[in-house]
Order: sequence, then C-alpha cells, then structure tokens
Amino acid sequence: MKTYNTDVTIIGGGAAGLAAAIEVNKGGKEVLILERGIELGGILMQCIHNGFGIKEFNKELTGPEYAQKFINEVNQLNIPYKLDTIVIEITLDKKIYAVNKIEGLIEINSKTIILAMGCRERTRGAINVPGFRPAGIFTAGQAQRFVNIEGYLPGKNIVILGSGDIGMIMARRLTWEGCNVKAVVEIQPYVSGLLRNEIQCLEDYGIPLITNYSLTKIHGKNRVKGVTISKVDRNFDRIIGSDQFIECDTLLLSVGLIPENELTRIAGAEISSMGGPIVDNNLETTLEGVFACGNVLQVHDLVDLVTAESKRAGRNAIEYINKRYKKKLKGIEKIHLSAGHNINYVKPDNICLGEILGEIIINFRVKNPDRRIQINIKDETNKTLYKKKKSYVIPSEMIELKINLNNMELNPKCNGLIVEVIPQLEPLIE
Amino acid sequence: MSSSEIYDIIIIGGGVIGCSIARALCKYELKICLLEKEADIAMGTTKANSGVVHAGYAAERKFTKRNLCIRGNKLYSEAVKELNFPFKRMGSFVVAFKVEEIKLLEEIRKRGIEDGILDLELILEKQRIKRMEPNISDDIIGVLHAPSAGIVSPYEMTFALAQNAAMNSVKFFRSQEVIKIDHSDYIFTITTQRNEFKSLNVINCAGLYSAKISKMLGLDYFDITPRKGEYVLFDRNTIQLNKILFPTPTKISKGILVCPTFHGNAFAGPNAQNITDIEDTSTTTAGLKEVLEGAKKIVPNLPLRASIRNFAGLRAVPSTYDFIIDNTDIYGFINVAGILSPGLTSSYAIAEKVIDFLELLGVELKVKEDYNPYRPKPERFTDFSKKELDKKIKEDSSWGRIICRCETISEKEILNAIQGPIGATTIDGVKFRCRAGMGRCQSGFCRPRVMEILSREMKLPYQAITKKGDDTNILIAKTKDLLLKEIIKKEIQK
Repeated sequence: MKTYNTDVTIIGGGAAGLAAAIEVNKGGKEVLILERGIELGGILMQCIHNGFGIKEFNKELTGPEYAQKFINEVNQLNIPYKLDTIVIEITLDKKIYAVNKIEGLIEINSKTIILAMGCRERTRGAINVPGFRPAGIFTAGQAQRFVNIEGYLPGKNIVILGSGDIGMIMARRLTWEGCNVKAVVEIQPYVSGLLRNEIQCLEDYGIPLITNYSLTKIHGKNRVKGVTISKVDRNFDRIIGSDQFIECDTLLLSVGLIPENELTRIAGAEISSMGGPIVDNNLETTLEGVFACGNVLQVHDLVDLVTAESKRAGRNAIEYINKRYKKKLKGIEKIHLSAGHNINYVKPDNICLGEILGEIIINFRVKNPDRRIQINIKDETNKTLYKKKKSYVIPSEMIELKINLNNMELNPKCNGLIVEVIPQLEPLIE
Repeated sequence: MSSSEIYDIIIIGGGVIGCSIARALCKYELKICLLEKEADIAMGTTKANSGVVHAGYAAERKFTKRNLCIRGNKLYSEAVKELNFPFKRMGSFVVAFKVEEIKLLEEIRKRGIEDGILDLELILEKQRIKRMEPNISDDIIGVLHAPSAGIVSPYEMTFALAQNAAMNSVKFFRSQEVIKIDHSDYIFTITTQRNEFKSLNVINCAGLYSAKISKMLGLDYFDITPRKGEYVLFDRNTIQLNKILFPTPTKISKGILVCPTFHGNAFAGPNAQNITDIEDTSTTTAGLKEVLEGAKKIVPNLPLRASIRNFAGLRAVPSTYDFIIDNTDIYGFINVAGILSPGLTSSYAIAEKVIDFLELLGVELKVKEDYNPYRPKPERFTDFSKKELDKKIKEDSSWGRIICRCETISEKEILNAIQGPIGATTIDGVKFRCRAGMGRCQSGFCRPRVMEILSREMKLPYQAITKKGDDTNILIAKTKDLLLKEIIKKEIQK
C-alpha cells in the first residue's frame, strides 16, 4: 500500500476543492486533491450554460470555462491530484484511505483536511411522490449529464417537478433540443430557483410555470405516460377535485439539493440538522483541523460564492498549520449562532472568541419570502447587536452578512447569538 | 433450442417459489427449464415484499401454510449455509398496546409452542423490552418475542437459488411470457411469444398470473386477486432496529410493520388493499400516509426525512385463502398458486412438497453424481479488509473503481452481476444483484456509468439499455436527433 504525506488533503476536485487547493498552494503549503470523477471540475463540467463568474472574473462564463480557469491554474502550479479516486475512510487522526484502479489502496497522512465533496439532488423517494416506478424519471442534474456529457435525450414530452435552478435550466436546454417541456410544477407559491432563471429559461420560452401544485401520481408501468398534479392548500395538503392530468413521457425532478456528507459522518464530524457539517467562523468542523467549504457545507446559489468561501477555507487551513498544528489546544470559547424568526439555517454554527481577527462572514437563508424586512442579530437577553434593512428576502437567495464583533457591545458572558428576519417596524406617527 | 427437445419438467414463473423448486429439483437427473415472463427473475412479488422469515405462529391451524411456514423457517438454516444469501435471524416482536392484545398474544404463544415453535416468549417487563429494542414506543405494554424470525433479502436469495439451479444445469429462459399451453399424449406444449417448449410435467408457479396459466388448461377451480401492499424505505444507518416489529395481527393482515433490512436500511409497510388490476403496483398518497402513520405508532422516532424510496408489491390472494399446492386433474400439471405470506418463509417447504407430488406422478428422482449444492457468496468491496482490498485491486483493477457511491459498489461487482450465471441484462437487474443504485441518491450518479458498463458488456448501443426490459429504455434519441429530423421532415413536405 502506497502512503503519501502532505500538509493539506482536499477531498473533491470541483469548484470548491480547486479554489481551496490553489489558495493553499499559494500560501506555500503542500496540497493534494482527491477527485472521484474522471476529470477535475466537478458538476461545472456539465453546466454548459453561461452565467458563471460575474463576481469572480467580471464576465459571464460557461461552467466548463469557469472550471478550466482553475484547472489551468492547478496545472501551472503543479498541484498534484488523483482522479477516479474514492475516499473510503477518514480516521480520527486524519488518516485518509482511498482507492483507485492504478494504485489500489492508498493512505494519506495530512496535517489538515478540507472537505469539498459538493452536494447531490433530492430524489423522488425523498419527497415520496406516489405512483408507478417506470423508466423516464430523472433528477434534473442526471438529465443534464445525459444531454450535455453523454449526448442523449431523456425524452420528448417533459414535465418538470420543482422549480430549482437546474430544472429551469434543463427546461430551456431541452426546448432547444426540440423537446416539448409541458410544464414546470412547483408546490410553493413562488419559484425556488433564481429569478434570472425564471425569466431567461421559462418566461422567454413560454414554458408554463404552475405554482401551488404538487405531483400526486406518476402514470405508466413501463415508461412514464403522464402525471397527475393537484393544487395544494397552505399546509401542502391536496385540494380534492383539483387533479389535473398531464400527458408526458418524461419527468424531471428539481426538488432541492442536499450537502453530501457521508464522508464527513465517517470521519466523525457533527452534522447540523440542515445537512452540512457544524462549523465555526474559520469553517473548521467539530474535528480539529478538518475544514469544509462549498456545497458540502451549504448549498450555494452562485459558484462565485463557493469560490470565495473555499479560498477562505484554504487560508484558514494554512493558518491552522502555522499556528495551531500539534499545539495542545485549550478549549476555545465559542458562541453559538442560531436561527431565529424566518431563518431556515445560518452558517457558521459557532463563532470562536479569542481568535476573531475582525470580520466574520455569516450566511443564511430565509424560510419564507418577505418584503420590507429587517435582519437582526440579538444576544440571549434580546439585545440587538446588529441590524440591517432589506427591501425583500426570498428562500432562493443565500444572504451574506459581514459583521465585526469587535464593534459590537458584546456581553463577555454571552454564549449565544440569534439571527432573525422580521418585518420592518413602522415609524410611529404621532 | 430445438423444438424436439422434451423437458422432464418445465417450471412457469421465476419468482422465489419457482426458483426454490428449480433448485430443489436440480439435484436430480432431470431435464428442467424455467420460463419467466419478465426480463429478469425475481421481479414480481418476490422483489417487493417484506423479506421477513416468519416464525410460523400467525396462520390459523386449519391452513396448510401454517405447517409449511414452521418447517420452512427451520430449512433456512441449512439453505443459507449452502447458498450464501443475506439472512439474519434477529427475532421479531408482536407488540401490544392493550390488555386484550396481550391476551391474544398469549393465545398465539400457547398454540405456537404446541406446534413446535418452542422459543416463543411473552415479555411484559417494559424495561427489558426497551433494552432489546430501544426504538419501540413507550405506549407498548408487552410483546410476543419470536427469536427464530429473521430477515432475508428476498431477491438476492432468489438469485442464489436460480444460480445454483443453473450451475446444476437447469435452463432459465427470460422474457418468455406463456400465452398458450396444449397437452396431448401426456406431453405439454407451451407457447410463449418467442418460442415453443415441450415437457412431460409442468409446475405452475406464476404468482399473480397462476390462475390465468391454470385456466389455459381449463383448470378454473381457483382465482387469484391482487392485494396491494405499499412500503416506504429509509436510508441506511438512520435508525438501528434490533427486531422486526409487528402490530398485533388482525384477521386479514399481519399489519404494518417496522423492520430492518439485511443491508442496514429500515422500512415501514405494508398496508393491505384489495384491488382489481393485476398490474397495478403504483403507490398512492393515501396508502403511503397510512403506512407512515401505522409505523409511527410502533416506532415514533421513524426517520421520516430519510425516506429514499416508496414501492408497492402485490400479494397473490387465492380464492381458497390457503396455499394451492396440487396435483391437478391433468396428469403432470402441478399448481403452486396463491402463495402469499408466509410464502417466502415457506418456499423451501413448498419445494419439498412439490417433490412429493412429483414422486406420486412417477417422476424418477435419482440424485446426480456431480450435484453441487453450494453457491459461492458474491464478493463485495465493502466486505474486504484494507489489506484484501489492496490485493484484489492489484489482481483486477476494476475493484478499484467505485461506480455506486452511496452503497460503495465497484465496477467488478457490476461486472460479476452481468457476467455471472443468469446475469443481469437491465439496470434493475444490476441493481437487485449488487445494490448499485439502491442508496440515497437512487442512482442519480451511477446510472450513466452502469449503462455504460451494460452497453459495453452486452455489446448493445447505449440507447438500447433498459430499466427492466422491453419498452423501458432510459433514453430516446441522441442530442440534435429531434431537431434534425424535424428539418428533414419539412424538407420532404416542400
């Protein structure tokens, strides 16, 4: 068995892993990327539409173009990577075991690990759609792979369940291929992906968007023959008599993404209820020296945000090696950050006191859309330490706050902060 | 095959019953073949049931299925040693919430012990129950513990049976739906949509279709109606169940159970709904709700958010309510029909009974000299130690390429599934043999790669790969095909 030693091992060679690897290399540390696919770039390689890189490169790139910029840099910097390599175990002392066809089993000893495994799609089973189980049911991302990488069409007459970004992008992509996208069906009263995709992928092509409807039956024993959709009430219960049959041969599902944390679990890091690992403001998981970034931590709307977050993880990994590696750690005092009113989740989960260099980045998503709102950060005594007004919030937008705890009047005994989104208080008129 | 070839025995139906009979008969010097309507064996009721090997206390004494179940349970110990399929005796609990239910359980226990299920025990100490199964509801006041009950992977067992039968020269023909049976001069001629087969004896194990097959020979003394059971399956390692958990039974059903699978998943189900359409394996909103609500009564902390699939299976309910295992009025034609629960448990005992009938029919049962009762255990990536793994990959590099991430299934295991005896020819065939695509992403990642391997191995175009046989192709055209064809069509019209 071959053994490797390195400063940082990065698991995953997609957008997050590549950005983190480059950052680590530039900081003068050794890094090794492990990628399970047969090429670097991850899911970006099948996202051949444009719209990537507006923040990072100030121009619109396609997914493969965006990835290639990073792949080129990885190659220029001679950063080592292994393809078609799957990690099977991470031990508590940060030993990684992986396999590939060429080397067999390999062991990697590293001072730190960055988890960058990305996310996967929610399936039909996860939302328990009833009906038959015929051929012709795809997750939107799988259909995207079949079309853009393999070069095949999943069907001709298509219904898309869920209005996630990949679903809307595939609605347009398949329309371009001469398919008939009959409808995008969304259970919520609003689109769950980005507004720009709703306009550019659905409205521009006259693809009907049916909101407040859920899928109540898949028809066809061998191949999909159609779907029954039903209007739902506020509790998402089916309204009797509202059933509608749509004939189709293919159903795509775009019903959400889940951070892929099987390895994180194997490693022994704690996972938050929303799926990603619990991290502090350094993006360090509950395992010392193990960091997480990109969609494995939280599902991002834009790859530029993944890149920025992953660079931070890379820098923090260097910081860890320089300062804390192999030092006896004293228990670091942490403040827990929790989700308050109308907040779906908030990252990081904890803020380390005593290590705060200044600015802290907080990300969150709201549960429900709202207008004229105020974002508050409060301590346990209900004292507001930070507030910001915003004209609207929607669940599809990941909101980023940059706060500086040094500027806040933080009670030294405080051990918890709450982030909330509440309606703006109307000024009192006397 | 030549049309002059006459088999000693033709088995119709490649479910667990047909395959266990094929396997029981393969040790004799007989020419046997099995015909299956679907593209693969084990794809009917066999693949969509609870996989519980019952202790045998449940059926009423007047039914033959009671004794067959009790005997069948015992036969599993020997079978698993020879066939190496996933099976574990973990024990079951029938739970009671009310005093009347305890009384009923005590009655069941007494009768069970009288009939030879000696280890049945009524447990009333709540602490002990909780210790044995911590997930059980606090409202439970007692359980009937049956240590001999177990879980089996029903389709993997059926593949094992069929593979062993094939090793001992039983022939398997798939995608052969029987459309006509004639008999004259004590020879049966079976016509399928593709071929014609001749045999001296026929064993009808066609499950839901067994009444239809029987009627082809004018034997219409029973009917089969489908009774649907819906299930919800949960991801591996989201709940650790130690016991199979049944509610106290009613007259028509053992009720909705909460049960672990051999591979570490858990499931809830089945409900029981009599339907008319023999093909209707669809799940329903109401049914899934009923299943989850029923299951939550027994296990309140069911990991609802970790559901990965729902499915339904159909029980073949006979008009007689008991198993129909008969030598019929047509000499040489045996019906093995209406095998609903506990059919899976009884399968080995049913096969024994069929052998008895064949003896009555004067079929000569001479044991082959080269009979090999052993089917080796399929090798699994996840069963290897690190050292073994390294060695395996160096011997054959396809062990080092993981295709299914969720279940950690290597390319080699998929190749074995395709190349082995009665190999997989479809995506579902691969999935049920080696679990590729059975995990939490439900083949989201691995399907294109499984298709690639199937296409390569079967020398078929990528587009010809199907989910489960005819009319279940995954893909319909290459990109640009639809557009270009449209343009050509317009050109022609001009």
